[in-house]
Amino acid sequence: MVGVVKEVRAALPDAGCLVVDDGSRDRTAAVANDAGAAVLKLPFNLGVGGAMRAGFRYALQNNYDIVVQIDADGQHDPANVPELLAALDTADLVMGARFAGQGEYEVRGPRRWAMRVLARVLSRVAKSKLTDTTSGFRASGPRAVRLFAEHYPAEYLGDTIEALVIAARADCTIRQVPVAMRPRAGGVPSHDPVKSAVYLGRAGLALVFALIRPKSTFQVGSADA
Amino acid sequence: MTPTSHIFAVAAALAILLVVVEMLRHRRLRERHALWWLLAGTLALIVGIFPGTLEWAANVIGIEVPINLVFFVSIAILFLVCLQHSSELTKLESKTRRLAEETAMQDLRIRELERRLAGHSGD
Repeated sequence: MVGVVKEVRAALPDAGCLVVDDGSRDRTAAVANDAGAAVLKLPFNLGVGGAMRAGFRYALQNNYDIVVQIDADGQHDPANVPELLAALDTADLVMGARFAGQGEYEVRGPRRWAMRVLARVLSRVAKSKLTDTTSGFRASGPRAVRLFAEHYPAEYLGDTIEALVIAARADCTIRQVPVAMRPRAGGVPSHDPVKSAVYLGRAGLALVFALIRPKSTFQVGSADA
Repeated sequence: MTPTSHIFAVAAALAILLVVVEMLRHRRLRERHALWWLLAGTLALIVGIFPGTLEWAANVIGIEVPINLVFFVSIAILFLVCLQHSSELTKLESKTRRLAEETAMQDLRIRELERRLAGHSGD
C-alpha cells in the first residue's frame, strides 16, 4: 500500500491522496500517513462500498471535483490516471477496463461467464460498451461524485455493479478506457465453482434490485446538473 | 372448554399484557414496537374471556377448525414483527454507517488541525 501511495504522489503531484482505512487494527493508518496520504479512519469495518462512500463524502466536503479510486493492492497503475481523466471530458464516470485489449489479466470458468453476462447487461443499461464491469479502477466527475457521496451502496458487490447501475439510471455518462492491470500484491482470485456460483447469484440479485429500485431512492438533493 | 382451560387462557393473555405494559412503563420498550404485542395480548384476552368470538370469527372467514385461526393470526403477527425488526435494523445500520463516516471525517480534520497547530508553534 505504501508503494501505491508513493506512486500516486509521484505520478500525480497535484492531486490529493486519500487512503480509507476500513476499520483495520494494524498500523495501516499511520503507515499511509507517513507515506504522505490523508487517512480516513473508519471506526469499524463498513465494507468496500462503505469505505468508498466515505471517500466520496470526504471529496465533496473538501471541494474535490474529481475522484479516482485506486486499489491499495497495487493492481492499478497510477500512471494510467491521466488517461482516465482525459476521458472524463466526455463522461461522468470512466472505468479502467482490463479486458479492453491491454494487459494480460485472465479469469477462467464460471466466473468469466458471469462477468461476460454482467458486462453485456450493464453495457445495455449504461448505453455504452463496457467489458470489465467489476473493475475498481474508476474516475468520477463532479456529477458522479455528488451522486456517490450520497448513494454509494454498502452491499456486497454493490460497490461495483450497483454503483454502475445507479450512475447509469441517474443519467450519468459512462465510458471505459483500456488499462493494463498488474498482478495483485496480495490474494488470488478464486476458481472454486461453488464460490463462483454464489458470486453469480449475488451479482444477479444486486443487479436486479439495482434495476428495479425506484429512482427516488438515489436522487441527489441539491443537484444542479 | 373446561373452567381450568378458560382460566388458563385468560391468565396467559393477562400475563402478556402485564409484561408489555410494565416494559412500556419503565421505558424498556418504545410504543412503536409495543403496538404489535399489545394487539396480540388484547386479541388473546378477548378470545380467552369470550371463546364464542373465536368460533364466530372462524365461521365468518370459513375456517372449519377455529384453533387454526388462532395459529394463523399468531404466525401472521410474529411474521410482521420480524419484518418490522429487519426494517428497523436496516435503518439503524445506515445510521451507524453515517455516524462512522462522520467520526472518521472529524478525526481526520482534528489530526490535520493538530498538525498545522504544531507547525505554527514550531516556527
